[in-house]
Amino acid sequence: MIEFRDVTKAYPGTDVGLEGATFNVRRGEFVFLVGSTGSGKSTIMRLLIKEREPTSGEIRVAGRNLADLKHKQVPYYRRNLGVVFQDFKLLPNRTVYDNVAYALSATGASRKEIRAKVPDILRLTGLATKLHNYPDQLSGGEQQRVSVARAFVNHPPLLLADEPTGNLDPKTSIGIMQLLYRINRTGTTVVVATHDAQLVNRARRRVIELHAGRIVRDEATGLYAPTEQSTKEFGAMIKPPTDEFQAIMDSTFPADVPPRES
Amino acid sequence: MFFVREAWRSLQRNAVPSFAAMASVVVTMLVLGVFIPIIQATTGAANEVRSKVLVDVYLKTNAKDADVERVRQVLAEDTPHVGNVTFVSKADAYAEEKKRNPEAYELLGSNPLPDTFRVTPDKPENVQALRDALAPLTASGARTTTDPAIEEVRNRREETDKILSATRVVKLTVGVLAVLLVLASVLLIANTIRLSLFARRREVEVMKLVGATDWFIRWPFIIEGILVGAMGGIMAVLLLGVGKVALLDPLAADFALLSSPETINFALLIAVILGASVGVAALGSGLSLRRFLRV
Repeated sequence: MIEFRDVTKAYPGTDVGLEGATFNVRRGEFVFLVGSTGSGKSTIMRLLIKEREPTSGEIRVAGRNLADLKHKQVPYYRRNLGVVFQDFKLLPNRTVYDNVAYALSATGASRKEIRAKVPDILRLTGLATKLHNYPDQLSGGEQQRVSVARAFVNHPPLLLADEPTGNLDPKTSIGIMQLLYRINRTGTTVVVATHDAQLVNRARRRVIELHAGRIVRDEATGLYAPTEQSTKEFGAMIKPPTDEFQAIMDSTFPADVPPRES
Repeated sequence: MFFVREAWRSLQRNAVPSFAAMASVVVTMLVLGVFIPIIQATTGAANEVRSKVLVDVYLKTNAKDADVERVRQVLAEDTPHVGNVTFVSKADAYAEEKKRNPEAYELLGSNPLPDTFRVTPDKPENVQALRDALAPLTASGARTTTDPAIEEVRNRREETDKILSATRVVKLTVGVLAVLLVLASVLLIANTIRLSLFARRREVEVMKLVGATDWFIRWPFIIEGILVGAMGGIMAVLLLGVGKVALLDPLAADFALLSSPETINFALLIAVILGASVGVAALGSGLSLRRFLRV
């Protein structure tokens, strides 16, 4: 479904966004992209929706080389993708129903088709009672459900989610992830970029880990981190400050200055 | 139909920026609507003054009818730059002058005036060339005449020069002002539209992400621009109409200049203003979008 061959993306003036990335995602797979911020997860997403062009290398989606797509063809390519973002990207001046309907009408669907499909997908995502609310009247979890509904209403073969749970609490996140699993079960390939360790560990799905723009790990049923960190290791990582650091702190904030009275 | 509905919806949702764009259309169109007649009145007046530039060809006082006919022939066929020729006979000239100054001509008794051709050049600038053709300069600086029956060829030289330079300045000033004004209006409208679009660039981004084609996104914006432009234009026309009825019409009864027939007629002015406002607004929103569509 997705084929990255030695893909490099350099952003001018800053560090490399992605360097020599090579991986394949098969049809119907569910893949986590993990890594800290700046590791290149979002760059991969941007390249996949053809918002950015790779500096070098080749990207194929469903057998088609993205570099061959002309500007005019990009909208038609994007209709085969569902995209979900951390900040939902809903249209603020449209109701839940209209937000989803817009995605359909943009693809040239008839009004009859829209009237049949939109309530269906909203029922599937558990929003049947919120049809006529505006996005700012919904909770974060509900907004993300709308955005998932919008992404999936065309039944695209590929769904991309960039930090879909980044703004949500753990319990709501599980709800969203279950929605994504369900979508995956209908045969849609799903790629999720996240740094939520708990979610990844619970899912036991394929994990691709990125670090500073490079792919450092690709496991079929992986965890967020290669080995579970013990409490001791974790404690070592946040060990007390070095003497040097303490000295700087002391000179910056002298202890003998009496607190000012206010 | 879908696009019109979308455009109307976003007009309502973005009432404030839309209103700002509309207001700038109204203001610029008002200025334009006032300025077009003013430009026309001034160039009209200037042209009228320029049309008074002419060359007087005085014949000898003893010229016969045959001489008059010959000179007429020369003027009509052999002389360049001739626009219009009027013949003022001795008798006509006498009557004209007598009307202007009865006592003096009463005293004079006989008629001292010659037959005269008043010749208008084809263009006011050519007046000197016309004069040279009829009465070429000799080497000594004196003038001869091309026909023995012509006594003298005269243009009111100083007057002519003044008129020509004054009308040139007026035309130039008005032209420069008009160009600046149109430029300012277009920039103002384009800027306002760009501002209101900037507030909605996220919307455009989302539309692109769900696979909307550029034109699918653009049409509602263009129709919105047309609506804004049309409403602004109509407002401006209404205000101009009120101004015309309330201010100009009572004045026109008193001053001949204002009712000068060369000014544009009101219906045409309305058409120009409506066309300009709709065109500029639609084009402005369509073009300003380009920046945000490049995702």
